[in-house]
Amino acid sequence: MNKIVSKEYFSPNVVKFEVEAPLIAKARKAGHFVIVRVGAKGERIPLTIADADIEKGTITLVVQRMGVSSCRLCSLNEGDYITDLVGPLGQATHIENFGTVVCACGGVGTAPMLPIVKAMKEAGNKVITVQAARTKDLIILEEQMRKYSDELIIMTDDGSYGNKGLVTDGIEMVIQREKVDMCVTIGPAIMMKFVSLLTKKHDIPTIASLNTIMVDGTGMCGACRVTVGGKTKFVCVDGPEFDAHQVDFDEMMMRLGGYKDMEQEDMKKINN
Amino acid sequence: MDNNSINNTNSIPPRRGESGGLPSWRVELRNKIKAKDRANIARVHMPELDPNVRNKNNEEVNLGLTAEMAMQEAQRCLDCANPTCMNGCPVSIDIPRFIKNIERGEFLEAAKVLKETSALPAVCGRVCPQEKQCEAQCIHLKMKKEAVAIGHLERFAADYERESGNISVPEVAPANGMKIAVVGSGPAGLSFAGDMAKYGYDVTVFEALHEIGGVLKYGIPEFRLPNDIVDVEIDNLRAMGVKFLNNIIVGKTISVDDLKEEGFNGVFVGSGAGLPRFMNCKGENLVGIMSSNEYLTRVNLMDAANYESDTPVFKGKNVAVIGGGNTAMDSVRTAKRLGAERAMIVYRRSEEEMPARLEEVKHAKEEGIEFLTLHNPIEYIGNERGQVKQMILQVMELGEPDESGRRSPVVVEGATKLIDVDEVIVSVGVSPNPLVPQSVKGLNVSKWGTIEVDKETMQSDVPMIFAGGDIVRGGATVILAMGDGRRAAKSMDNWLQSK
Repeated sequence: MNKIVSKEYFSPNVVKFEVEAPLIAKARKAGHFVIVRVGAKGERIPLTIADADIEKGTITLVVQRMGVSSCRLCSLNEGDYITDLVGPLGQATHIENFGTVVCACGGVGTAPMLPIVKAMKEAGNKVITVQAARTKDLIILEEQMRKYSDELIIMTDDGSYGNKGLVTDGIEMVIQREKVDMCVTIGPAIMMKFVSLLTKKHDIPTIASLNTIMVDGTGMCGACRVTVGGKTKFVCVDGPEFDAHQVDFDEMMMRLGGYKDMEQEDMKKINN
Repeated sequence: MDNNSINNTNSIPPRRGESGGLPSWRVELRNKIKAKDRANIARVHMPELDPNVRNKNNEEVNLGLTAEMAMQEAQRCLDCANPTCMNGCPVSIDIPRFIKNIERGEFLEAAKVLKETSALPAVCGRVCPQEKQCEAQCIHLKMKKEAVAIGHLERFAADYERESGNISVPEVAPANGMKIAVVGSGPAGLSFAGDMAKYGYDVTVFEALHEIGGVLKYGIPEFRLPNDIVDVEIDNLRAMGVKFLNNIIVGKTISVDDLKEEGFNGVFVGSGAGLPRFMNCKGENLVGIMSSNEYLTRVNLMDAANYESDTPVFKGKNVAVIGGGNTAMDSVRTAKRLGAERAMIVYRRSEEEMPARLEEVKHAKEEGIEFLTLHNPIEYIGNERGQVKQMILQVMELGEPDESGRRSPVVVEGATKLIDVDEVIVSVGVSPNPLVPQSVKGLNVSKWGTIEVDKETMQSDVPMIFAGGDIVRGGATVILAMGDGRRAAKSMDNWLQSK
């Protein structure tokens, strides 16, 4: 189980894996995630399922090299095994025909957005995807996004590809010209915060898929807790998707930074 | 759940060949020493690591009895004609028979007796609250003497067998061709699996985490229960034919319907009460505040204190643990071992009401843990980076006894204290994990999230599903979970055989 059947580099730091996991492939829905662990002393980290192939019995994971665990995972090759892989976890995305849906994603959040774009399209929505990255080389899955979206708007910070500007500039363009019924956003916390502030101003219901620190991923510990509408929620069992306008993003970012010093210390193990 | 609730419905059938009375060796042993002299032997004391040594390492605190000590302690047992101690044991271990085997030096034989009814004797000998169970019903107490150290002796026999390298595998009945699924590999699931294997079923245990053992692995620390010892007991179940599959969440990865389709005839749910409670006070989501489940999982399951481990853990200097149960004691003693200068228990009632075992409280105190009883946190204050730096404690006093007979804590108006902390572990209880109950249609779940079962048979409203342990009781003890597992096995066997 958990054999890596293919590995592809989207960019030097972003890797796409197809992993053998027939039970998860069969059970997963858009929005679900898995917990993976690499090595006997590895930690458990959450990764959203980007795609699945029931016939091949595989799931697709897109990983960005960031800390010690993602680096360990990215160093695995085709034919290697992921030590532990468990899922599908969390609540699936609520999919229905809303009308016009804007899917706003950035960075490695693009990968988990793909199954949502697909499912929203299949449910009869007009899907406008706004995909953002710092620069042209970091735009991933463009072809697939184009295939399942009615329109794809690409934004780069430096203007090296698509439009120059942030993901919010792209959303704003859409809002100015037509009615938007729903917005889904996945990306860095700071990005989701600003997407949320923008859509709140325009009164557009918005779902954010949160990525917090997790340990077990089954509701056992509360490491992933966030405040939503003034109440404490566990991202792993109550989420990962929440009404973005109710999420305390500042608290979430503060908690994400909780282990920063230790993470840097741990990275020495990889760099040495 | 009340630790004192004892199940008396478990009567064990007489052993083959012994139904007519005791074997001659046991009669001889009984006559060798007068009951009065046996009662006058002082209870042996378990040797322990020095508190100032052990609070800096993770080694087991209790060192176990030597063979001489064990034989001497075994002499204290009067081998009562009507052994009341057995009524206090949720899995109905034949206590006098295993103890008398120790007295005559047949330690491996003693271990075999334990394994007839208990899947995890080395575990139970360490973590059972014997003072509330078997030892609470020892005849010695009626004579104003200390109870026989049944727990120490159980541990001795199990450890002796393991260290001897001659581990016996309990006999299993011929395969009956029926497949049974167990959800969760904690004490309830392991005990159920062991008994079903003995009855001849093909048993598969599904575990969500990457390690087998449930709370025995992620919860109870090494200094009380080394993981290696749990693994040996699990290997023993493997030798009996029980299969273990990790990283599978029943209700997520596969459904109960999938199991049915794959030909499973019965399902036992022992998924536990893994959902931590928080107090919802101001600042509780600051960095450095976590549940005891998170803290203990990081340290015990993920080995986070070890540099080799990729999982990080905070090593606070001023650590407060909120709560007064065994989990709180485990957490605070762990914090001390990870280098805390000040490790505190904050508990809203007085020490008398603490649910933790007396031994754990005693050990914690010896190790330098501070006890702030009659205090309750009402707010946490953070620094500019969102890390907890102080807590505000409300001073409490004891009021009138409530319906449960315990004196309830009452706020002392205006009396608060500000205390510096850089790490807080919240250990105020757990709720049943909803993953499995939510995923099965027709399963009757209480308002607390526990699965409703018949208390005698442990069968749920979905006939093929039985349940036991914390998913039925809420947060209880290892041995009560094991007792449920045994009872569920017996009744599932009856149910399947009568179908």
